[in-house]
Amino acid sequence: MTSMLTYTFKNLPNTSKWALQFFVRPLSCSSQLQAAPATQTKSKKTLAKPNIRNVVVVDGVRIPFLQSGTSYKDLMPHDLARAALSGLLTRTNVPKDVVDYIIFGTVIQEVKTSNVAREAALGAGFSDKTPAHTVTMACISANQAMTTGIGLIASGQCDVIVAGGVELMSDVPIRHSRKMRKMMLELNKAKTLGQRLSLISKFRLNFLSPELPAVAEFSTSETMGHSADRLAAAFAVSRLDQDEYALRSHSLAKKAQDEGLLSDVVPFKVPGRETVTKDNGIRPSSLEQMAKLKPAFIKPYGTVTAANSSFLTDGASAMLIMAEEKALALGYKPKAYLRDFVYVSQDPKDQLLLGPTYATPKVLEKAGLTMNDIDAFEFHEAFSGQILANFKAMDSDWFAQNYMGRKTKVGSPPLEKFNNWGGSLSLGHPFGATGCRLVMAAANRLRKEGGQYGLVAACAAGGQGHAMIVEAYPK
Amino acid sequence: MVASRAIGSLSRATASRMRRCPGYICRSFSGSSALQTRTHINYGVKGDVAVVRINSPNSKVNTLNKELQSEFMEVMNEIWASDQVRSAVLISSKPGCFIAGADINMLASCKTSEEVTQISREGQRTFEKLEKSPKPIVAAISGACLGGGLELAISCQYRIATKDRKTVLGAPEVLLGILPGAGGTQRLPKMVGVPAAFDMMLTGRNIRADRAKKMGLVDQLVDPLGPGLKPAEERTIEYLEEVAVTFAKGLSDKKISIKRDKGLIDKLMSYAMSIPFVRQQIYKKVEEKVRKQTKGLYPAPLKIIDAVKTGIEQGNEAGYLSESQKFGELAMTRESKALMGLYHGQVLCKKNKFGTPQKEAKHLAILGAGLMGAGIAQVSVDKGLRTILKDATLAGLGRGQQQVFKGLNDKVKKKALTSFERDSIFSNLTGQLDYQGFEKADMVIEAVFEDLSLKHRVLKEVEAVIPDHCVFASNTSALPINEIAAVSKRPEKVIGMHYFSPVDKMQLLEIITTDKTSKDTTASAVAVGLKQGKVIIVVKDGPGFYTTRCLAPMMSEVLRILQEGVEPKKLDSLTTSFGFPVGAATLVDEVGVDVAKHVSEDLGKAFGERFGGGSVELLKQMVSRGFLGRKSGKGFYIYQEGVKNKNVNSDMDGILASLKVPPKSEVSSDEDIQYRLVTRFVNEAVMCLQEGILATPTEGDIGAVFGLGFPPCLGGPFRFVDLYGAQKVVDRLRRYEAAYGKQFTPCQLLIDHANSPNKKFYQ
Repeated sequence: MTSMLTYTFKNLPNTSKWALQFFVRPLSCSSQLQAAPATQTKSKKTLAKPNIRNVVVVDGVRIPFLQSGTSYKDLMPHDLARAALSGLLTRTNVPKDVVDYIIFGTVIQEVKTSNVAREAALGAGFSDKTPAHTVTMACISANQAMTTGIGLIASGQCDVIVAGGVELMSDVPIRHSRKMRKMMLELNKAKTLGQRLSLISKFRLNFLSPELPAVAEFSTSETMGHSADRLAAAFAVSRLDQDEYALRSHSLAKKAQDEGLLSDVVPFKVPGRETVTKDNGIRPSSLEQMAKLKPAFIKPYGTVTAANSSFLTDGASAMLIMAEEKALALGYKPKAYLRDFVYVSQDPKDQLLLGPTYATPKVLEKAGLTMNDIDAFEFHEAFSGQILANFKAMDSDWFAQNYMGRKTKVGSPPLEKFNNWGGSLSLGHPFGATGCRLVMAAANRLRKEGGQYGLVAACAAGGQGHAMIVEAYPK
Repeated sequence: MVASRAIGSLSRATASRMRRCPGYICRSFSGSSALQTRTHINYGVKGDVAVVRINSPNSKVNTLNKELQSEFMEVMNEIWASDQVRSAVLISSKPGCFIAGADINMLASCKTSEEVTQISREGQRTFEKLEKSPKPIVAAISGACLGGGLELAISCQYRIATKDRKTVLGAPEVLLGILPGAGGTQRLPKMVGVPAAFDMMLTGRNIRADRAKKMGLVDQLVDPLGPGLKPAEERTIEYLEEVAVTFAKGLSDKKISIKRDKGLIDKLMSYAMSIPFVRQQIYKKVEEKVRKQTKGLYPAPLKIIDAVKTGIEQGNEAGYLSESQKFGELAMTRESKALMGLYHGQVLCKKNKFGTPQKEAKHLAILGAGLMGAGIAQVSVDKGLRTILKDATLAGLGRGQQQVFKGLNDKVKKKALTSFERDSIFSNLTGQLDYQGFEKADMVIEAVFEDLSLKHRVLKEVEAVIPDHCVFASNTSALPINEIAAVSKRPEKVIGMHYFSPVDKMQLLEIITTDKTSKDTTASAVAVGLKQGKVIIVVKDGPGFYTTRCLAPMMSEVLRILQEGVEPKKLDSLTTSFGFPVGAATLVDEVGVDVAKHVSEDLGKAFGERFGGGSVELLKQMVSRGFLGRKSGKGFYIYQEGVKNKNVNSDMDGILASLKVPPKSEVSSDEDIQYRLVTRFVNEAVMCLQEGILATPTEGDIGAVFGLGFPPCLGGPFRFVDLYGAQKVVDRLRRYEAAYGKQFTPCQLLIDHANSPNKKFYQ
């Protein structure tokens, strides 16, 4: 009964509100947008599907994303995750015992807290009766946490899920060498002094050389920055274009921060330090300054530099996801629906970062929408060059036909709807936590700027990708 | 050893030349005034950088022939004269090939060494102009940059190479019995240092781009790109050009320096090389090593050392002169003719003259996971063929799987593969004990024991489970294929595929067709063999086919010689000093005494007297004592793990003493012993051509050199007859015939050649 009511409630005001939103928009938009109202009739009024539960985002928060090695540097990953969970509790006031399940994404795992979701949940005061698990899927780990939650809700297994992600790049597990580990493990098992001595006598100085966590793709041994540089070259993306795009990201982030649009950020009182309230990686610079930087990966003639890449970041995010009827029953006014989503994967060498190109047309098709239906694009910005290469790929019939098995291109997203509040380049990219930031940015932008459908897309190590449609919850 | 290594690298060079170059359409420059209709070269100007693109028409590779050279000079002169050009980029428009070398036919058509020297002088002059160019020239190298191509590249001021597997640099001239004749012997030592230059020029080895960068042979690397808005290969070449243009600009603006920072070791090395005494020591060491490895059979390496030495000790002028003279001399030698003949033969044997098979074989099944079976599996999965490896026992299968894994893992250790690539290649292999999945097989290759009834059994078993189109190939070294096919329901699908051990190292594949084998079956077998990277000869069925049949009379003579009291070590040194990569006694051990016995008995029965000479009894007794050769640890020698110098097996003395026959002093000089072995080999090879077992002399030469280790400097049995003279071969045979009898009777075709001196196997 309830759900039937909500459908009608939601569908009625839909179109009128939409039209209104558009006329209110400032006129500084580009010509493309001015032509837009004509095409504003959406392909679909809503993406609700019969017999499938609607999944909604009640709200989502993140602690400020900081450059690694700054204020969070002495903490552990579960501390950040805990802070995000506490922030979520404060923001939503959700009764702890209604949460059925907690899922977190993370990439570089702290070995002491390999199920960081559980440790953080316990520490944040969630019920010890609420199970939690951790997922990992490189830069789309948090997306995987969310979609796992969607699956649990849609299939009727759960009603209330907390999904989030965390990454702490200030501290990464650096291991002893395999030889040293082997010796230490054998020493553990040795029973007599003689056995121990004979083991110790095999010790060599090179056993002490440490093993750093690989920054390179395991299958190809290529670092991501190197691959991004090659990708940019493959699509003939110039250094200047990349710098300009990075500058745009930083400028928009700065503007959003100054105007208080980044409402998903919750302050975090770091033990022993001041309270952190803002992302600290936003540094709008000038093209001249950026042009001075040397290439970071392909030296001396590459195009990817520190200034047009996302930086190593510490941060955590968390979201409260519910079945729509549950949210309404609990008295919430949800922010958005989480709709169709896809995961894609492709060649991890030459197409490592092309996930959005593959995922976007697929998710649109699945949802029955077109590019024109999307009002807010939130793409993960790993590198300027990666974003611009994806634009070019999405805008190429040749690429669509030869590599994606499609008849035509999907088209590249209009820039004025794209990452308007900054992106991973400027806000930062804590690998495991970025997914939730993207979805919340899309949801908050739809509410703020008006619009019905948001498209979230991201690439990830391993040559994988993800896209999801976020639908604004009717006001 | 050097011979086999030489051939190994020869093949690598060929492989890269043979690589497919899909048509790459060269964009014409818009707004370029310099665009003219030239055949091999098109050039245009980007800003103030001239981009010279080499693209020989109707060919997969660019070779430095006369036409290309003159067009090139024309273009360069224009560039030097032009005011708007300040630097230049040289690039090939063919993916996978920069310049594969000089045109060999250009040398072959020369009649005298003076003519060849003249060609060399011209090349030297051209490249000297490049070296002294007032406008910097950047060579943008993608694909094979070999021989003359390398000499061109090192004459430029700067080199940028694509960092992919196809891009290799090398000076393979030595493998053709010549030397780098366009300044290579002079420039290379200055560029990479004397020791590294010697290594490159004396081994002819291909150097991958990343290694070349470390050596200082190239200045910058460019990573290959993936697909963008164009196919990957096309875009990569474009990108290479873009990068090269930036560097060319940088060089002409003096923003980039040509001088390379030398590391401490390099500095020390160049200091050491400035001391005459040290240099003399190095020349001496290298010469000694070359003499030891070539046994004086190959003149080119020593001349290379000489030319380098002259240049360093007496200056450029003398160096260039010496280089061009020696180049001329070498091109006229028998050795270089033999080696070039092999090169051409190899190119021919890498083609499928039977056409494209109706159905491409993608799924392979191999029966028997022994040394051969696993080896065949390795070279198959390597090339992406889905392969089932079936054995009768889990232990046997496990051993085979481990062999494949080890073969791949060794490549990882040599950095030819990444561990990830190894794993993904290895996933093409399915090990099993039953016939599951054979219903999908396109080809079954059996490598079970050499036993006819066993082969019959597996053939029947397999035919019950395979689809109609599936080819059944038998890997046997001596069992006649028609006898194996006798029990087949579909003899047109039965063929012989004789691999050589170790399969991943030996390049030859001998394919045997019976009267009933269909042409499509043959085409399919050749296609699979080519995919496995083999050099292929196709021969008619008959006892011992071609290779085993040639080897058998020689082996019989080996036994005879041993029975006559020649020590195995002495015999080995006689054969290796004749140019065989492995000594004759060692060869028996390597092949396996039991196998040798088996073969000589079988072929002895089939051919009678002609295969007589030594007594099979010797092998029989060895087998009964358990002296099976390397595999059992004892044969003529004793083999121990980790012991390098093998000792003679003293237990053999008794056996040899009991079978001793008195030597015939008139034909027992060292030279006679060598020729008794070789002439029997050659006589049998010619007989195979005469009987139609062989289709062409080329295949006979390739089979003998690549499969049996016939001395490469002689170019194979047929080339040997041509170069040595049929009459002289016949004379020798007659002399031995008089001493020993019918086994030395020259065959009719050989006599025909002796009787008419104009008759040659190669016209």
